[in-house]
Amino acid sequence: MNLSQKILIFGGLCLAALGMLYGLHYAVFVEHQTLDSMGGSLAQGFVQAAQRDLPGAEASIDKYAAVKYDYVRQVDVHSHWIGLAMIMIVLGAAFRWVGFSEQLRTWIAVGFALGSFLFPLGVVLQTASQIAGFGRGLAILGSGLVIIALTAVAWGFSRQPVENI
Amino acid sequence: MAASTSVVPGAGSAAFAPLSAQRLLVIGGIALIAGGMLFGDIFAVFVLHQNGGQTAQALLAATEAVRGGDALAVKDIFASIGGLLEDRGTKVDAHVHMTDAGYLALLLALIQPFVALPRKRKKLLAGWFVSGGLLLPVGIFLIHYVGLAYSPFAVIGWASVLADSAGAVLIIVLLVEVYGLWRYFRAGPVEPESALVSLDRCWESRTLQSGGTILILLGFMYGAWYASADLYQHEGRETSVLKAMLDGATSSAGGSTMAVADYGALAAERAVKIAAHSHIIEFGLLAILLSFVQPYVYLSERWTRRWVMVLLAGSVILPVFVLLELRLGLLAGGIADVGGLMVIVALVGMLAGIVRFGGRWDGVKGLPS
Repeated sequence: MNLSQKILIFGGLCLAALGMLYGLHYAVFVEHQTLDSMGGSLAQGFVQAAQRDLPGAEASIDKYAAVKYDYVRQVDVHSHWIGLAMIMIVLGAAFRWVGFSEQLRTWIAVGFALGSFLFPLGVVLQTASQIAGFGRGLAILGSGLVIIALTAVAWGFSRQPVENI
Repeated sequence: MAASTSVVPGAGSAAFAPLSAQRLLVIGGIALIAGGMLFGDIFAVFVLHQNGGQTAQALLAATEAVRGGDALAVKDIFASIGGLLEDRGTKVDAHVHMTDAGYLALLLALIQPFVALPRKRKKLLAGWFVSGGLLLPVGIFLIHYVGLAYSPFAVIGWASVLADSAGAVLIIVLLVEVYGLWRYFRAGPVEPESALVSLDRCWESRTLQSGGTILILLGFMYGAWYASADLYQHEGRETSVLKAMLDGATSSAGGSTMAVADYGALAAERAVKIAAHSHIIEFGLLAILLSFVQPYVYLSERWTRRWVMVLLAGSVILPVFVLLELRLGLLAGGIADVGGLMVIVALVGMLAGIVRFGGRWDGVKGLPS
């Protein structure tokens, strides 16, 4: 197993464990309360509208939107970290067939691993209002790195392997 | 027979020794993926649209209750909407988690030669992983039906406890596998084991690897486009549609029925776009994973190639026609379900070939077990 494969496989396993731990923590300590708050705000908005308290109803709908904004991104972080980790491990196993030099393959692996960590991290940072812009930038950078790395891998698979495997 | 399986299994196929962790993870993984996909297909045909229709009806009834100033009825209707959403959500989660556990099982099969742990312990870990991968979605599925019955906790029912425990088992197994990898990189293998990944790359493997990577790339690019063009716009639209629903219900001008229809259309648009993004990536991943086990599919060359083509065709048909549901309606939905069925049939075909390979290997006398 060469360095590029080690980066992808070992990094992928760590990222999968991180994504699962994040998901478990979220499911046990946060998700139930968040879902209650989300459903409660929406129902409260309708109840307030029935009582003709329209400003209150609008505030409840805004609260529902804010909680849902957080919820969607928290779930996305869990699923994207695990999903990208799986792609890293799978590609790691097949990386010897990517038809570039080992040095270039290592750079591609580093880019893919970095992008896979940063992209979901950027997504979850968007839930913190003070650094939401930074989070969005990080998500764009991370997804850009993943797309570039994947394009390189797809191209590399179509080429003859450089070394004799 | 395919070139790699036309003779008695060779040295490389020691990876498939009887009761080995690799064999258990490969067969268990493919079975979990096929089971998860079958559940998803059944859910899409028999539950998804009906559930969406019931939710829209309930939302319409809620706006009528708002118009009549009946706050108590609104609360009751929202309790029923919560139940509908939980019904839908737990079924989606059961489908996703069973399929993903299958992917992880296949991944773990690939790295077993690099996990420096005793063979017996690896078998035990593999058994735990496949069991956890089965119990996690079962627990999630039961959440809606078991609820908080006999639960000592305020918000967590026994089904959630089962799901969370199974999830914890998966995490523990994964962490032990990482520890085994770390030991391998430090000191080498405890008991040398053949790699599942063959050094030869047959036509089937090449096709699945190239096709799979292209599918993942397309899915990721579509996801990036969705996040930049649609995600924030959808979130803003949802808030304004909900406000329009309430405005319509409380004013003489009306319009709440139209707003409920808009809300349904928005939910459908969001669902199909996310489903297309996630399914095309998952199928790409599946294709690459299956490329590694092609030398172990003990079928004729004609059939191994046929299953590869059926799998890739289904992997394109499902997400493309899920997206086209917005334009073509249920016709596209039906074609998408056929695409899903093609992937399931191809998976079962490959699984049958792998089980045959294991049987062939077990029948050869004098080979190590």
